[in-house]
Amino acid sequence: MSSPSTPTPNAMLPAGIVFPKSLIGPVLITTLLIGAHLSFGILDGYQKLLLAVITSIVMENLLHKYTKGTLKGISSAYVSGISAGILIRSAYYWPFALTAMISIASKYVLRYKGRHLWNPTNFGVSIMMLIAADSSAVLSIQWGNHMWAMIIIWLVGLFTLMKVGRFNITGTYLAAFVFFAWIRTYFTGDTFLTEVAPLTGPMYQLFALFMMTDPKTTVKNPWAQSAVVVLIAFVEMILRLGEVVYAPFYALFIIGPIALIVEDWWQSRNRQLSGAEAIP
Amino acid sequence: MKASRLKYGSVVLMFVALFFVPELIRQLTDQTDRQQTSAEEAIARYGFVLQEVSQELGITFVHQRCDVDDPLKHIQPQIAAMGASVSVSDVNNDGLQDFYVTNSAFGELNHLYVQRADGTFEEQALTYGIADLNRYPEGSSMGSIWADVNNDGWEDLFVYRYGKPALFINQQGQKFIPFDGTAQFPEWVNSNSAVWLDYNVDGYIDLFLTGYFKEDVDIWDLEDTRMMPDSYEFATNGGKNYLLRNDGGLGFTDVTQEMGLDNRKWTLAVTSVDINGSGYPDLILANDYGVDELFLNVNGERFVDMGPTSSLGDIPKSGMSITAADFYNQGEFSLYVTNISEAGVLMQGNNLWVPTGSTMVDDVAVPLYTNTATSAGVEQGEWAYSGAVSDLNNDGTLDLYIANGFYSATPNTDYWYDYTKVVGANSQVIINASNWPAMQERTFSGYQQNKVLLNSGTGRFREVSTAVGAFLDKDSRAVAFLDIGNDGSMDMIVANQHAPVSVYQNRTTEDHAWIQIALTGTNTNSSAIGASVTMQWTDAQGQARTQKQSVSGGEAFSSQSARVLHFGLGLMDSETVDKVTVDWPGGSRQVFERLSHSKKHSLSEASERSFDN
Repeated sequence: MSSPSTPTPNAMLPAGIVFPKSLIGPVLITTLLIGAHLSFGILDGYQKLLLAVITSIVMENLLHKYTKGTLKGISSAYVSGISAGILIRSAYYWPFALTAMISIASKYVLRYKGRHLWNPTNFGVSIMMLIAADSSAVLSIQWGNHMWAMIIIWLVGLFTLMKVGRFNITGTYLAAFVFFAWIRTYFTGDTFLTEVAPLTGPMYQLFALFMMTDPKTTVKNPWAQSAVVVLIAFVEMILRLGEVVYAPFYALFIIGPIALIVEDWWQSRNRQLSGAEAIP
Repeated sequence: MKASRLKYGSVVLMFVALFFVPELIRQLTDQTDRQQTSAEEAIARYGFVLQEVSQELGITFVHQRCDVDDPLKHIQPQIAAMGASVSVSDVNNDGLQDFYVTNSAFGELNHLYVQRADGTFEEQALTYGIADLNRYPEGSSMGSIWADVNNDGWEDLFVYRYGKPALFINQQGQKFIPFDGTAQFPEWVNSNSAVWLDYNVDGYIDLFLTGYFKEDVDIWDLEDTRMMPDSYEFATNGGKNYLLRNDGGLGFTDVTQEMGLDNRKWTLAVTSVDINGSGYPDLILANDYGVDELFLNVNGERFVDMGPTSSLGDIPKSGMSITAADFYNQGEFSLYVTNISEAGVLMQGNNLWVPTGSTMVDDVAVPLYTNTATSAGVEQGEWAYSGAVSDLNNDGTLDLYIANGFYSATPNTDYWYDYTKVVGANSQVIINASNWPAMQERTFSGYQQNKVLLNSGTGRFREVSTAVGAFLDKDSRAVAFLDIGNDGSMDMIVANQHAPVSVYQNRTTEDHAWIQIALTGTNTNSSAIGASVTMQWTDAQGQARTQKQSVSGGEAFSSQSARVLHFGLGLMDSETVDKVTVDWPGGSRQVFERLSHSKKHSLSEASERSFDN
């Protein structure tokens, strides 16, 4: 969940004012969080969220300083921390700190040809569900349950994605999810509404609006982006048929890195081919 | 290059180490004694041992859950999830505690077990006329509570149902007859709990009755499948609660609205104590699908919800049970609320609200609480129904028993995945039972072990259920304590859903002293419900100790323990306790000094009050 740092003109702002793209993610997720908490009190407490955010920022800068010799901006770590703070549910404090630490550390350890492979929060949350399921869970309930809240969050989120050119990722995913939900009804015997119901909850909003669209861990080509999210939705369907509660996180966890590696291989191959063609 | 690799290697090592942090924390914080021990070892180590003795005592009751209408059949275990309850009373005033257990399937009988002098029980519900209460359209029993409604000295029985509530008047310990003053009882209420309290301190015990499903929902003749909660955390479409004022033992008047107790939360449990020392009993509600509530009684004239101010109503969870107890021997009540936790899916955790002070709001003293469940080691229940309290080893601190488990069906199957599909969804989805996936005999938080949490007296609790012989993994609901045989140790009854009742005999170490106080009101209600006793004693180490208990009109989940207050005292050199202070409803106080321990004392409210607040 990080964004490129290049400032870009924004059509919604007065002429001459440039809104850095790197702030779009933090501003959007903070707005969403504040709105949801003031309306429905979704946080168990500010302390746990704060712990996740601070741990994330400190970890990021410590590791960056240690490995690269410089400090790093807080934008990316802030989004990772706040995402962990929202997504993780636990009566204890330590899972919030640990999720943030694992998320950030994964960026520095699990690298392939100079880039990290997993969306940090996706990695952190997925691992926590494997190693600390007895102490933590992932947000799986609503904020408020009111239709208007859900619709506003989707609209604001999708509109923002449209402005930054990543609407195709979430849009395609939503369509794929709905299609595979319909397929699942034939296997589960449950109604279509039941199968599509998770989309109306906040966990999916965070997943589809933020986690899937992370520029650092998504492939570059728009068509490939759409193909990858269809694949994620397909793997999610398989996991769901196996009754895996956190199917979307695991699907992204599995497909995301594979897609990046395949993209890299594809680009290398193309470079080699074009290089070979260039040789007389 | 080499330095760079070294740095990368050290970061990898740190990264791998992070994966072992949860296991390390588990090892460091585990407070569970899993090893089975012999009875003698358990007594030596923990001060008590429990033994399941239902067959030996002649108790054969098996709860049967009720059926439901066709549109709900696919989720029947969820709709008919409750109904196994237990309440204790002395129905024939022979000084021996008896108990009543409810059944739920139509045609199945409730049982009244009357204690014989030898400590065994005889089932006499049919003889007493309180057996055949499960039939359509009257409804299906969900629980019961006892109190002397007409102050004639005999305990009367109130049964709440999914259906018409019923009150039976005790005919001098010989039989019960239906009370004819129930005109203002609701015609239909889907209730899972009720509590007696004398809210206006007029000497007659009043009734607070909770609603779960809305009162127009008849689960055997369903008109609309949109009867489930409209939110998992903020539900607003639950059943109405009722405050029914006792008009001199002749009838009841519905005063819910005028007393400010109208709401639509999904109340599962309620208890009543004078939580702020006002002299008037307050109400504390554990609500499913929402926040808990603390209704403070303002001079018997109205109730005000101070849940958010006190912190009790801050975070919505699935409140299942509520108990007020002086866990820390402070002379103040903490509140223990059970919720739902399922590893990796839903981590609500139970709450232990400990008083930290108070604040004044509109001339009302509002207690403030902080949740110490995590540090106390009582946070992790599972699907926790009753969180019941008694001093099981007579060491002078109150212990906890948590009844866990929702629905045990086919082993190694799980309904949680399907459950999360709907509970995380929008209200338009969750509210309709048709959208809830079929359970298909899948287990849903089933085969969960109940917990015996032993209070160390230092703020920490230790789980010892297996070690003290109390392993139980049925779908337990209600828990009540009583002293079978009047031997000074608190025995335990666990009502299990769709399963036999479990009765545990408790053997405590003879080294620990105890004292029991049986109160009878004269100016106040004769059952003395709402009266509190503050026990002060000096232990063998010369330490002054205090514990406060209150006579309960119903507590935890669908249960009511014996109203004789039992205090463990631990090791004692002295033959007496220092002081027994009785605070009666309304604020009058009596003090008794130098009462001898290891016996039961019957104390009556003075007709001329010895000391007024």
